Amino acid sequence: MMNFAKKLIKDLGVDTRLLGMIGALLLVWLLFQYVTDNPQIEGTPPWWNIYAKLIDGNFLSPRNLFNLSVQTASVAVMATGMVFVIVTRHIDLSVGSMLGLIGMIMGTLQLHILPQYLGLGHPAIWVITVAAGLGVGIAIGAFQGWLVGYLTIPAFIVTLGGYLIWRGAAWWVTSGQTVSPLDPVFKLLGGGAEGTLGANLSWLLGVVASLAALLMLYTSRRNKAAHGFTVKPVWAELALGGIVMLLIMGFAALMVAYPIPERAAIRIAEARGMEIPAEGISLAHGIAIPVVIVLAVAIVMTFIAKRTRFGRYIYATGGNPDAAELSGINTRWLTVKIFALMGALTAIASVIASARLGAVGNDLGTLDELRVIAAAVIGGTALSGGIGTIYGAIIGALIMQSLQSGMAMVGVDAPLQSIVVGAVLVEAVLIDIASRNHAIRPATILFHLIMAALLITFFVSWTWGLLVTVLALAVTYFWRIIWPRSALVLAILAIVQIAIGLLFQNGGA
Amino acid sequence: MSTPLVEMRDIQISFGGIKAVDHVSVDLYPGEVVGLLGHNGAGKSTLIKCLSGAYKADAGEIYVNGEKATINNPRDARSYHIETIYQTLALADNLDAASNLFLGRELVNKFGLVDDDAMEAETRKIMGRLNPNFQKFSAPVSALSGGQRQSVAIARAVYFNAKILIMDEPTAALGPHETQMVAELIDQLKSEGIGIFLIDHDVHQVKALCDRAAVMKNGELVGVVKVDEVTEDDILAMIILGKKPEHLT
Ligand SMILES: Nc1ncnc2c1ncn2[C@@H]1O[C@H](COP(=O)(O)OP(=O)(O)OP(=O)(O)O)[C@@H](O)[C@H]1O
Ligand SMILES: [Mg+2]
Repeated sequence: MMNFAKKLIKDLGVDTRLLGMIGALLLVWLLFQYVTDNPQIEGTPPWWNIYAKLIDGNFLSPRNLFNLSVQTASVAVMATGMVFVIVTRHIDLSVGSMLGLIGMIMGTLQLHILPQYLGLGHPAIWVITVAAGLGVGIAIGAFQGWLVGYLTIPAFIVTLGGYLIWRGAAWWVTSGQTVSPLDPVFKLLGGGAEGTLGANLSWLLGVVASLAALLMLYTSRRNKAAHGFTVKPVWAELALGGIVMLLIMGFAALMVAYPIPERAAIRIAEARGMEIPAEGISLAHGIAIPVVIVLAVAIVMTFIAKRTRFGRYIYATGGNPDAAELSGINTRWLTVKIFALMGALTAIASVIASARLGAVGNDLGTLDELRVIAAAVIGGTALSGGIGTIYGAIIGALIMQSLQSGMAMVGVDAPLQSIVVGAVLVEAVLIDIASRNHAIRPATILFHLIMAALLITFFVSWTWGLLVTVLALAVTYFWRIIWPRSALVLAILAIVQIAIGLLFQNGGA
Repeated sequence: MSTPLVEMRDIQISFGGIKAVDHVSVDLYPGEVVGLLGHNGAGKSTLIKCLSGAYKADAGEIYVNGEKATINNPRDARSYHIETIYQTLALADNLDAASNLFLGRELVNKFGLVDDDAMEAETRKIMGRLNPNFQKFSAPVSALSGGQRQSVAIARAVYFNAKILIMDEPTAALGPHETQMVAELIDQLKSEGIGIFLIDHDVHQVKALCDRAAVMKNGELVGVVKVDEVTEDDILAMIILGKKPEHLT
């Protein structure tokens, strides 16, 4: 069975890392789907309940997935840029503040400045605004990149400074006042009920994307064959193409399955000059515009990473900066370009974030730098440099947002949400390290045993926790997992558990 | 004699007070192999790094084919057809052999896009010549053995039709068979008229492969000798005592 699966994966030629991440995402989704069901039906067998819960859950509804896709967009866009930054062994802590500043500038421009010259509601307003936002983003990014590359100040310091400076500057733009309401066309970029493709365009995009994916698979195969390399079996190519098509069309179908509420639909129909039939009107959301932006960014960034010299030099520099330099790569200029690109993507993210809210407040983008870095890292980007993928960062952003939305849906307290997200971040990196080394270190196993025991102590009862500790002791003894040191650690853990039990009486006795 | 391929005159470079290379002059003729010897830290790598563009000399001049050359960075050196195998190999560990071989000089298709398939095909060809056992074309070079990594670095220097080749301990990690193949490669390149600077600690090998040997000690040049006119012991004496053999002075 294992061998069969391994051979299948090898034949299909898909990255096991990608599979792992998709698996993790699915796990999170199914978990929330399971716990967000409607009240369970009495008198049915347990297995039926599991099935019913998975069917009835609210998490994987078109509505929630639509919201999830829109909520992820801004962080996902920035995370793709952060991959390049981290791959070259840098970091950018300033993106959240930059997003806020750019949002403020764009808001002021479209609300207070441009209408003076063009008149309120002029169709060019949103274009000029976005262009200006991009310009500011690129300028700030390039400046920070120059400080890092040419003046050799560590990126951590430069962008820590930027984190404070740009947040302060954002306040300065309007003296802290919220800018609202934003230009109606600009707001479409944030993906409200109106900022979507609708049914027809969504299907069209799905078909075009599917065809493009198939064409890519085909040309890649043809190029390989032209050089006489071994290619995958035909059935594997077809299966892969089929899966990709299914995913794309499935996503389009889901988004189309989410209807716009009646009243909003009527408003939109009127605005578009459509006739409204007597029995009412039903419009579909379809794919949200910010999601289309994310897809475009993902394609462009993947393309840069894989098919351009710029991308190749980013990875080479991350792998060995000296070697890159000796190969004639201008690593300083490269750094400027990478940070400028990060700035441009931050501007795009700022457009999405401010348009989604319809207003720019002083706190726009707060903590985003941490979400973005976490998304890139959960997506397998190594802080030691040289390793990281664009798709990984996007899936990482999705995992983060799924956790947050899911927990909010279940009603988990905000502090506990933070704890869970933080733990997932650390765990993701641990798994990543283990998978790279093709071996799990004994300390990793011990760590998980201890964590399991502690979690059970806190959330179930200290007696069960103690039982797990004893089991852990048996396991570490049996496989000699850093024995006898582990015995000492587990003994201390047991004492702590008993102390917790005696002090708080949580479920013991 | 004809004009030298390379002439390094009075090269000086110091790192914070330490004179790593102190008034050293060496030259190299087409089809010649010049061995560079010296104790650890003598300044051999630093000297050749001035030629390969990794360092910029504090003082001194470099002439290529009799004309003064300005070498400020590795790209300049490459434009003079100077290729280098660095002692540290200078490989990006996270990339595969082909990406490393073509690093900085990627093959592109008609749209200017990196053409990985073409590069892999070329890499297969040259590796087939240098190290026929090599098969790991899609693995990152971090997954290669020391010797395999070294053959990737050698392939990179040889592939681009160098006129001047710098080899900084190219056989340090190689097995006997692979070392033999590098020796044959040096002979072959030599017959094609390429000039080679070979840094090597193995005096026996230097005597077998090189035409002349330049010995350095503490950043200074002890002397340059024709290997036919000296014994291995003479060379060893130069390295250890820092003195030219008496019959030549
Ligand atoms: N980047 C650097 N910064 C400071 N000092 C350096 C640097 N590179 C070399 N040195 C010093 O210059 C001197 C010469 O070093 P070099 O690497 O040229 O020696 P080498 O002859 O190649 O020795 P080996 O046989 O060990 O490779 C040494 O004292 C070394 O410590
Ligand atoms: Mg050296």
